[in-house]
Amino acid sequence: MSFGSSIAGLFGRSPIKPLQQHYDTVHDCARTLADFFAAVTANDWDKARAARKRIAELENQADELKKQFRLSLPKSLFLPMPRTDLLELISVQDKVANKAKDISGLMLGRQMTIPPVLADVMQAYVQGAIDTSAQAQKAINELDELIETGFSGREIRMIEDLIEELDRLERANDDQQITIRATLFKLETELSPVDVIFLYKIIEWVGDLADRAQKVGGRLQMLVAR
Amino acid sequence: MEWMLEHSYLMLLLAGAFGFLMAWGVGANDVANAMGTSVGAKALTVKQAVIIAIIFEFAGAYLAGGEVTATIRKGIIDADAFSHAPQYLVYGMMSALLAAGIWLMVASWFGWPVSTTHSIVGAIVGFAAVGLGMDAVHWGKVGSIVASWVTSPLLAGIISFALIRSVQRLVLNHDDPFERAKKVVPYYMFLVGFMISMVTMVKGLKHVGLDLSPFHSVLWALLGGAIVMTIGTVILRRIKPDPEADKNFRFSSVERVFAVLMIFTACAMAFAHGSNDVANAIGPLAAINSVLASGGEIGAEAAMPSWILLVGAMGIVFGLAIFGARVMATVGKKITELTPSRGFAAELGAATTVVLASSTGLPISTTHTLVGAVLGVGMARGIGSLNLRVISTIFTSWVVTLPAGALLSILFFYFFKGLFGA
Repeated sequence: MSFGSSIAGLFGRSPIKPLQQHYDTVHDCARTLADFFAAVTANDWDKARAARKRIAELENQADELKKQFRLSLPKSLFLPMPRTDLLELISVQDKVANKAKDISGLMLGRQMTIPPVLADVMQAYVQGAIDTSAQAQKAINELDELIETGFSGREIRMIEDLIEELDRLERANDDQQITIRATLFKLETELSPVDVIFLYKIIEWVGDLADRAQKVGGRLQMLVAR
Repeated sequence: MEWMLEHSYLMLLLAGAFGFLMAWGVGANDVANAMGTSVGAKALTVKQAVIIAIIFEFAGAYLAGGEVTATIRKGIIDADAFSHAPQYLVYGMMSALLAAGIWLMVASWFGWPVSTTHSIVGAIVGFAAVGLGMDAVHWGKVGSIVASWVTSPLLAGIISFALIRSVQRLVLNHDDPFERAKKVVPYYMFLVGFMISMVTMVKGLKHVGLDLSPFHSVLWALLGGAIVMTIGTVILRRIKPDPEADKNFRFSSVERVFAVLMIFTACAMAFAHGSNDVANAIGPLAAINSVLASGGEIGAEAAMPSWILLVGAMGIVFGLAIFGARVMATVGKKITELTPSRGFAAELGAATTVVLASSTGLPISTTHTLVGAVLGVGMARGIGSLNLRVISTIFTSWVVTLPAGALLSILFFYFFKGLFGA
């Protein structure tokens, strides 16, 4: 017997929590890249394999959450923001995890080593990308406060500040990329050409990861804008 | 006719039983819906909600329910049409109670969101129009009642929208929302107290023997608001911010302030519901009693005996205790998205609308009004997601409930007519 169905039936599941949970998983996935790079730098392939496994698992989890999210967002729901914006946002979020998986997959598959000269800058560079993702997470976490205040000007400004910081982090990451490429350029002659090509590729992908985290902020900004 | 008067105690007993059944349905379904919002917002436990409901439903029915009872009792049908055969009014009102009560049970069993008000209005119109002819129904009055079913959710939505906007502007969009909430929330409490005392002064005290001038009513209502505000301020003093919870969600402490406010709006909601919906059960009972007590005279101004109100109140209490508590828990679990700052806006918007309707004697659906109020909060972009399919189910329930109540009531009417004699 289902008494009282009209009031209870009025409330759908809020899309905000699932959206945030999805990005939490995505960020966990991206964050594990730090462990992965540390293991690769130390030439500990068992540890690297374990980290890669964890990254793949988290990426799968994020995929599953994304699927659930899409299924639980029927057109009949009345939402405080456009449904298409939410669906776009989760797709953009998901791509961050995909990149982390690609990076770790390629490096593990080719058993790539990082030249000792590059080790420190590379670690800082990966950390920079992860920090960018962390900043995106921070911005996504403001979404429930945004609903609570009914899109108040103050809250929108707060999110815009977070996104501005996100843009700054991504630019810093770009600068790191330029430096690291210049360093690698000088080393090119000492390394195997194939290794160099793939190192460039990894450097590019790590930059992509930060770039995709920034895109999450961009999407969020569109969602917040009136 | 003679037989009916000879056995008037038996008839009253039977009518009382049907009225009790109807009140039981109101308690199990309607009250639970109305109070479920407070439980969902975690402002009250189910037990507290039941206790508040019992006290304020009764107060609302006693102090502000007179007009709606009068409408149900003699506003929808034309008493003159029954003057040659008053027994038909008795049979008809009994049929209406039984039909609406049974329809409510059937609908609840299948989980259809039907309204007790619609069931009883449909049933009364049904037996009068078919049993006695189209002239027996005050169609103008019925028209205004039906129109109020559209306007009441709209009005509630507008009030709630304004309330939630004021919360956003006055409290949430500030540096220290917690301190702002502590300053602003007492004024909302004042509003709750003022509204309830105003309705009580204007509508309730006349039959207690106190007749106040409008000016005095406003003065006493202001005092009532001030008293509520003072009590609220004292309780609010004990609310401290919780920095740990604020880390997760910056407005956690603010919501704790609004949770206190929601205790007051829950009382207002129960009061409003009592003032409007208890009449659905006791209105027909009062009509039956006045015919039997006056020995077959129609339209005699017989005072409503207190036992009728008691039957209604007991029915609601039993309905609440047996099913309502469980329903409240279910409803509460499903609407956790409704935080106290929105829940109070929805409840106060709905309660104000319902009390207004009660004072003009319009029987409206509390549940649908509350749905309108919640949608109003949603319009202010304050709720994560709302399922708009409910609006179409509500519409369907109108289209189905009115004829269903009418049809059942017509069947019972002819059954009683055959059983007790024309």
